[in-house]
Amino acid sequence: LTKRNILEMPFIKNVLISRWPQLIGRGAALAVFILVIISGLFGTPVGNRNISIVLIWIAWWAALILVLVPFLGRSWCSICPLPLPGEWIQQGTVLEPRTRKRGVSKNWKWPKKLRNIWLQNGSFALMALFSAVILTKPAVTAWLLLGMIAVAIVMSVLFERRAFCRYLCPVGGFIGLYSLISPVELRIIEQDVCRDHKIKTCYSGNENGYGCPWNVYPGALQLNTNCGACFECLRTCPHDNIAINIRGFKNDLSKPKAIKLDESFKAILMLGSATVYSAVMLGPWGNIKTAAFSIGTGSWWIFAGLFLVFNFLILPALFYLSVNIAQPRFSSGPPLKHAFKAFSAALIPLGLGAWAAFSLSFVFTNGSYLWGVISDPMGLGWNLLGTAGASWTPYLSNITPILVMAALVMGLIGAGQTAIKVTIKDQKLGKPWPILLFCFVITVGLLWLLVG
Amino acid sequence: MKLKKHLYYTFMIISSLLVAFIPFPNGGENVESQVIDIQASQFQFEPGMIRVSAGDQITINLSAMDVTHGLYIDGYEHELRADPGQTASFTFTADQGGSFRFRCSISCGALHPFMIGKIQVGPNLTLYRGVGFSVIAVLALFFRSKF
Repeated sequence: LTKRNILEMPFIKNVLISRWPQLIGRGAALAVFILVIISGLFGTPVGNRNISIVLIWIAWWAALILVLVPFLGRSWCSICPLPLPGEWIQQGTVLEPRTRKRGVSKNWKWPKKLRNIWLQNGSFALMALFSAVILTKPAVTAWLLLGMIAVAIVMSVLFERRAFCRYLCPVGGFIGLYSLISPVELRIIEQDVCRDHKIKTCYSGNENGYGCPWNVYPGALQLNTNCGACFECLRTCPHDNIAINIRGFKNDLSKPKAIKLDESFKAILMLGSATVYSAVMLGPWGNIKTAAFSIGTGSWWIFAGLFLVFNFLILPALFYLSVNIAQPRFSSGPPLKHAFKAFSAALIPLGLGAWAAFSLSFVFTNGSYLWGVISDPMGLGWNLLGTAGASWTPYLSNITPILVMAALVMGLIGAGQTAIKVTIKDQKLGKPWPILLFCFVITVGLLWLLVG
Repeated sequence: MKLKKHLYYTFMIISSLLVAFIPFPNGGENVESQVIDIQASQFQFEPGMIRVSAGDQITINLSAMDVTHGLYIDGYEHELRADPGQTASFTFTADQGGSFRFRCSISCGALHPFMIGKIQVGPNLTLYRGVGFSVIAVLALFFRSKF
């Protein structure tokens, strides 16, 4: 697919350069999150009657996994309200950039050893261990959001730019990884223009905007992973050298060194978590659900141990074995670690397909709770829009299994295409078939869990 | 090369159509009546997995062991409600084949949306077709890489 720069359309360019549309989006998202927090803390403890659970874990999650990430990459990060208060404190302003520093921040540089997503892997795994409670108890969801906002504020006050989003946010890590699939990218137009531009205002900032909040030099941007779609570089580039391209899906995945080891483990963790969630949350095994929910009990520790062993030991070991088999025999291929990273790109479409399938399995079934909570967000007996009495009605229950199956098979196809492309670009990696077999086995397992 | 490509596309289209539409026997030759007792408690059905043959006349007796529970079968869209200590029943004909989730339809606590069981009526064709499509996808990728 030929790339097309949508900034050639003046309307889109003006909307993205102006700070107002983004501020309105962020403000609206922040207002909704404040409502979610208040409702979680002071509303009914019944999850499906409280907007905090229904809006975050059904509506927002479905929008994120099924629409925003696959089609628009990190677009959610563009309006995410979690880092906003911290960013406002750090920058000392809400809208226009200040020419003189007035914000409150030590502006320390993030430690070099932690410039990766290992902490995000840890924060996601931690959240996943408590997911049965987070997903069902409104107060826990509210405290989680408050905690994330508080940590983001502390990090903004101590460190420069958006250190929280880049290195700690449990959601940001996988959004970045899965945005490699998205058919939208922000890139420079002419490399020479950037090379000749000595001041690099896209990184340092100027009177029109901030230096890249994600600590990326846009002139060297090759992948979607760390571009937070904040559009500051669009505002600060004096040479109009930034493009937002529509491109083919999965363009980034087969690029050399697209995936680092921390990201490989993120891809495995995401795939493993989707599998575990499918069994725990959507399976018919009540004992496992109870174990996942009963934090601190013996059965929960067993659940937590199995979750960690599966995601950090069994799945990586099986994938490692596949990579090992894929490598050429009796010849000097690249180091196994290099092949492990390169082939793990295949797990990204597979993982996104798995999450889409998991999300489809409960979104249509539980989507009708939304009508009740928009009229009675806190479950206190209000009826603001006249829909509080809407009864639970599963939607599309006849075709949901077919959609789930389609999502999984599409994930498998994407994984296979990626594995093949990776070996075409670097033939020393070996053959893609063992990787494809690994992906096939996972797909069949997920099919069994979700439509079996 | 051109012939190979033609063969490839023909094979893929025919095999996909076969997997999508081939009728499988649903095992509904020996129709019988079955009574299934299901105990519902927070947050599980016991038994959680049920197998019946297509065409069977199924009577479900739902007993709520702790709080009020409901039972809704996806696809069949039958629903019933049992109060604590009570048993509620309904009878239906298992005339659609496949695997269907049944869920608690009355809010019963924190994990209520995930209180799920499954009933399999005859062979699970969606699963078989899903596996079939996955095999075709792998074969398609393999042959496609050869030219």
